[in-house]
Amino acid sequence: MAAKKRTDGKHLPGDAALRRELLHTMLLQRRFEEKVGEAYALGKIGGFCHLYIGQEGVSTGVISMLRPDDYIITTYRDHGQALARGMTPRSIMAELFGRVDGCSRGKGGSMHLFDRNLNFLGGHGIVGGHVPIAAGVGFAIKYRGGDQVIACFMGESVVNTGAFHEALNMAALWKLPCLFIIENNKYGMGTAVERAAAIKDLSRRSDAYDGMHGEYVDGQDVFAVRESMERSLETARRESKPVLLEIRTYRYMGHSMSDAVSGTYRTKAELDEYLKRDPINLLKARMYEAGDLTESDFAAMEQEIKTICQDAWDFADASPEPSIEALHEDVLVDTTS
Amino acid sequence: MPIITYREALNQALREEMQRDDRVFLMGEEVAVYNGAYKVSKGLLEEFGEMRVVDTPITELGFAGVGVGAAMVGLRPVVEFMTWNFALLAIDQIVNAAAKMLYMSGGQYPMPMVFRGPNGAALQLSAQHSQAFESWLAHIPGLKVVTPGTPYDAKGLLKAAIRDDNPVIVLEGEMLYNTKGEVPTEDYIVPIGKADLKREGDHCSIITSGKMVLVAMNAADQLAKEGIRVDVVDLRTVRPMDREAIVASVRKTNRAVVLEEGWELAGIGAQIVDYIQRDCFDDLDAPVIRVHQTDVPMPYAKAIEKAAKPDLAKTIAAVKKVMYLN
Ligand SMILES: Cc1ncc(C[n+]2csc(CCOP(=O)(O)OP(=O)(O)O)c2C)c(N)n1
Ligand SMILES: [Mg+2]
Repeated sequence: MAAKKRTDGKHLPGDAALRRELLHTMLLQRRFEEKVGEAYALGKIGGFCHLYIGQEGVSTGVISMLRPDDYIITTYRDHGQALARGMTPRSIMAELFGRVDGCSRGKGGSMHLFDRNLNFLGGHGIVGGHVPIAAGVGFAIKYRGGDQVIACFMGESVVNTGAFHEALNMAALWKLPCLFIIENNKYGMGTAVERAAAIKDLSRRSDAYDGMHGEYVDGQDVFAVRESMERSLETARRESKPVLLEIRTYRYMGHSMSDAVSGTYRTKAELDEYLKRDPINLLKARMYEAGDLTESDFAAMEQEIKTICQDAWDFADASPEPSIEALHEDVLVDTTS
Repeated sequence: MPIITYREALNQALREEMQRDDRVFLMGEEVAVYNGAYKVSKGLLEEFGEMRVVDTPITELGFAGVGVGAAMVGLRPVVEFMTWNFALLAIDQIVNAAAKMLYMSGGQYPMPMVFRGPNGAALQLSAQHSQAFESWLAHIPGLKVVTPGTPYDAKGLLKAAIRDDNPVIVLEGEMLYNTKGEVPTEDYIVPIGKADLKREGDHCSIITSGKMVLVAMNAADQLAKEGIRVDVVDLRTVRPMDREAIVASVRKTNRAVVLEEGWELAGIGAQIVDYIQRDCFDDLDAPVIRVHQTDVPMPYAKAIEKAAKPDLAKTIAAVKKVMYLN
């Protein structure tokens, strides 16, 4: 069963280059979303928009362990995973701005980022709805005899849906190579997990399916996530069996742009407590300690990322809105096999 | 031409398309070992094996989603619902996922898949097992909805549906599975979106589809004995709808009865009547009449069940009424 994994201070996993890359990916997600927040306030982005700030260790830890031919599917809170997968800040920002150069041609918006070239099967807006879809991708992998896996991200409230149970049951029954990844950020909108789930250890939901491995891991520690992924991939890829990972994290912003950061369903004191375990600060501190990085290296990284994010904004701003013809495109395809 | 049942026609369509393309697979409750709740998939497990003829648990939302996921990454699933009543548990996957994936991904993810199964009332199955869902599904952009009424159309439309790169809903008729008709042995498809003039006449049009085609044909036979010549337009597909065929028929007859299995309010017939009033306003000699299920859940007891259903007598009465014969 699950054990909380930690890595000690001095001896960090991987090499310095990899660690810098992890830090870079996490910092890019953070600064990109801060920019998104600004653009939203200016009315450049509309609709529902859910920030990932605070959870970057999860996307980065999981996706950095995947192969390019593996698949990813996620929820509406999808900017972090999209960036971690290597979708360009430009194509994501243009999508959020509702422009033709967006990854979904301006038709999806924040909740529906897709990139076929990167096997990024989308952000999905119905809580729980994408979990059976992930099982279907696992089914197709098995049907074709491939050795890919699918990583399916979901919020912790998904464990209470019927879709979750139906998908996990079939994945276990048919031995599908699916990684079901619960991002437990403690809240589904304003409802604390204890007020919604009649189970404390969410990864133990795997006990309901014979042979399904489940574990929980500290999502603020990107190395712990990677280590857990290494084990999970062994099971999913080599044995073609599903795994349930509960990755414990916290979101630092409101549920969506209209939700106050704290004060209604959670206290400022609680938020402050979790801010002490900011995944980016934790990694940075350990890299300083290990001698991977100096303060001026970090400042240079900040500068570079700032430029990337501004460039994404400028690109999105310059990209045209979809034409009126686009309104009618993509409803149906006209090819047949 | 061989004469076979509607059930056999569907079985042939599945078998031929699975032979033709190894990305096609069938999944649903009881489709494999049991040979299908209505025996539509008889013999397929033997021929194609359990990876391609997949018995699922009773998990409609789940296996419809498995179909969606498999279609996203290049397979061509045929998802069978034991009946469409049970597909309500899967409506999220049909409406929110399959129908919208292409659009919300900006054209990146076509959904080459079929959702099929028996639709509409059988006999004395009462409220939860006797519903016609044409208008529910036809309402959704991103789907195609076909409603074959004969063995020929069943085979040709199912084959077309499997070859189509869009999500196609196939509404079969439980009461049609044993009906017989001519079906050629050569490969053919029935194009989706094309109506078929099943009977020619110049006095009145009956516009219908699916199981009600048989009722319309019977009505046409009866009326012919009284010298009334009816045009029977079988839409065959309710989304996209063959508006031209409707208009051409009504321009010829100047009178129309619209016959459907479902309920009146927001039914398929409401759309047909709208096309008629827009395109044939000056051609009409009488108001259009609709024949449909009475606006109640389906009862069990025989006599009142019969009273609730659209049938031959109601159809004949409607034709006579639009012809001012009573
Ligand atoms: C089926 C469904 N019900 C309700 C909603 C509205 N809704 C959107 S997000 C959300 C909370 C989900 O919380 P969680 O799964 O923990 O994910 P998080 O937002 O924390 O990432 C709700 C209730 C929805 N999108 N889908
Ligand atoms: Mg949550």
